[in-house]
Amino acid sequence: MTEKVGTTGLVLSEKLLWEKSRPGRCGMSIPKRDVEESPLDDSLTGEGPELPELSEIDVIRHYTRLSTWNYGVDTGTYPLGSCTMKYNPKTNERQAALPGFAGAHPLLPTEKAQGALEIMHTLEQAFAEITGLDAVTLQPAAGAHGEMTGMLVIHAYHKKQGRQRTKVLIPDTAHGTNPASVALCGYEPIPVVSDENGILSVESVAAVMDEDVAGIMVTNPNTLGLYEENLKQIAALIHAKGGLVYGDGANLNAVMGIVQMGKVGIDVMHLNLHKTFSTPHGGGGPGSGPVCVTRELEPYLPVPRVTKTGDLFDLDWNRPDSIGKLGAFYGHFGVMLRAYAYLRMMGAAGLKKTSQLAVLNANYVKEQLRDTLHLAYDRPCMHECIFSDKNQKPHHITTMDMAKRLIDHGYHPPTVYFPLVVEGAIMFEPTESESKDELDQYIAAFKAVAQEATENPDALHQAPKATVVRRLDETTAARKPCLAG
Amino acid sequence: MTKEAHELNLPADIKYAKAHEWARVDGEIVIVGLDDYAQDQLGDIVFVEMPEVGETFDKDSVFANVESVKAVSECYSPVSGEIVEINERLEDEPELVNNDCYGDGWFVKIKATNLAEMDSLMDHEKCRASVKGE
Repeated sequence: MTEKVGTTGLVLSEKLLWEKSRPGRCGMSIPKRDVEESPLDDSLTGEGPELPELSEIDVIRHYTRLSTWNYGVDTGTYPLGSCTMKYNPKTNERQAALPGFAGAHPLLPTEKAQGALEIMHTLEQAFAEITGLDAVTLQPAAGAHGEMTGMLVIHAYHKKQGRQRTKVLIPDTAHGTNPASVALCGYEPIPVVSDENGILSVESVAAVMDEDVAGIMVTNPNTLGLYEENLKQIAALIHAKGGLVYGDGANLNAVMGIVQMGKVGIDVMHLNLHKTFSTPHGGGGPGSGPVCVTRELEPYLPVPRVTKTGDLFDLDWNRPDSIGKLGAFYGHFGVMLRAYAYLRMMGAAGLKKTSQLAVLNANYVKEQLRDTLHLAYDRPCMHECIFSDKNQKPHHITTMDMAKRLIDHGYHPPTVYFPLVVEGAIMFEPTESESKDELDQYIAAFKAVAQEATENPDALHQAPKATVVRRLDETTAARKPCLAG
Repeated sequence: MTKEAHELNLPADIKYAKAHEWARVDGEIVIVGLDDYAQDQLGDIVFVEMPEVGETFDKDSVFANVESVKAVSECYSPVSGEIVEINERLEDEPELVNNDCYGDGWFVKIKATNLAEMDSLMDHEKCRASVKGE
């Protein structure tokens, strides 16, 4: 094994701001009062909140030190399954910072915002092409917001048909937010169990499908990283009974340019620009969750709609069947710009290659680690692969132990204990960003951890060792949270 | 580390539901909790969301939610009836479910509408067999 990536170099410990606080210390000087003193109303006076007292350099050092503890895809491999943590090309930031875009006020009259509207219109068309659907809204602020928008569209559709329905089918391999989105729209989520191959069977859907079911919410590829092979027949079955098919696009990174979900029978689909289209994800957000629909559902999309007449772009508010407006303006425009930059940089062929490499990388990890870790479903995977801690159980080593030990080797662990249908799950999504060299080093580190599990299990029980803090007591943190300073 | 089937504590004097709730009859009242398998699989339990006294539930409907460090899970009522008492200690001491699942870690007392529903539940031997996948 070559030299470890993880070191214990000059990583500084840091106290809480309250622990560093000294009475009377202050980071700013308030100018001398130059007006008459005026007493405050009694209700506004009294003891102030307990805030830390610090100088400017105390605060700067505090946050700068904390920032050195950060880990992200710009630091190293970050293979969180189900999250698509791909590299965000720096040109995205550059394009989004162009003064004409960055300085544009959302209340500019449309004739002064033609460039911005053109970007939105073009982006909508691109997403329509990628999904094989007809109309797109860019308004939702993130993935779950997109889910809710899509379900509101389905709700509005059934209302227009004159008969509202009460239930929505959700497979156990769907994304965790799906049942919540359904419930928020007033539907009851009905679980559907996946089969022994980890995908939905036509029979299991048929068993629960009736005319009170508004639709099904499918994530494809699903959270097991498997392609829903029966989706076309399932969609036909749902449509035959008047239901609609919602596709959660969280895992679109596996199928761009390969499958158009509209052709498989999906009526509504949201995308995650912060996953598939290389805009910042997680704490680096905000996100963006455009929703794509069939022509039949277009009247229900949120207002305003971006329209094009001749060479002129405009915003159309006159949509009587629309579910209404989702936010203050038109969505996260800065995020749209980044996604647009990515799309134009990659082109159609580049996006297809992206999906092919993402799937290849996941299958490479799966094949390289299959003798080390127990493979949950032994079949070709899509963009992510799932193992469990079954092989390490005889040594009393859990998924958590291996994940913590991996940190000592200088690697961020993959997603653990999700999805719930696999006990002790370990889920890798390398994405297309990682080269074979990077993957080989990560795989070697995981193999070294697995070797330790058999030879020196205590090293794993005590991990992580080479970190600022050791293994945290997550149970006490959850049972007795200390939220004050 | 989770327990093997033979290591589970499954008392013989109570009945078990499919999702590993246990039920003990006391007159017309049924005391309900989570069994050793459920608490062991869930890991450290950090929060229990209880129903309110007076609420009624059908058999197999969701009456409580349990949150552990790993996941949030639903608990299904083993019998139909009305909640007559809840274990208020669990609000501040969810760890009782891990430490004493058949004693201080009980969840609710249900006034059953049909005690015959108890017959549809598993005894301890069947419960252990179901864990083994038999």
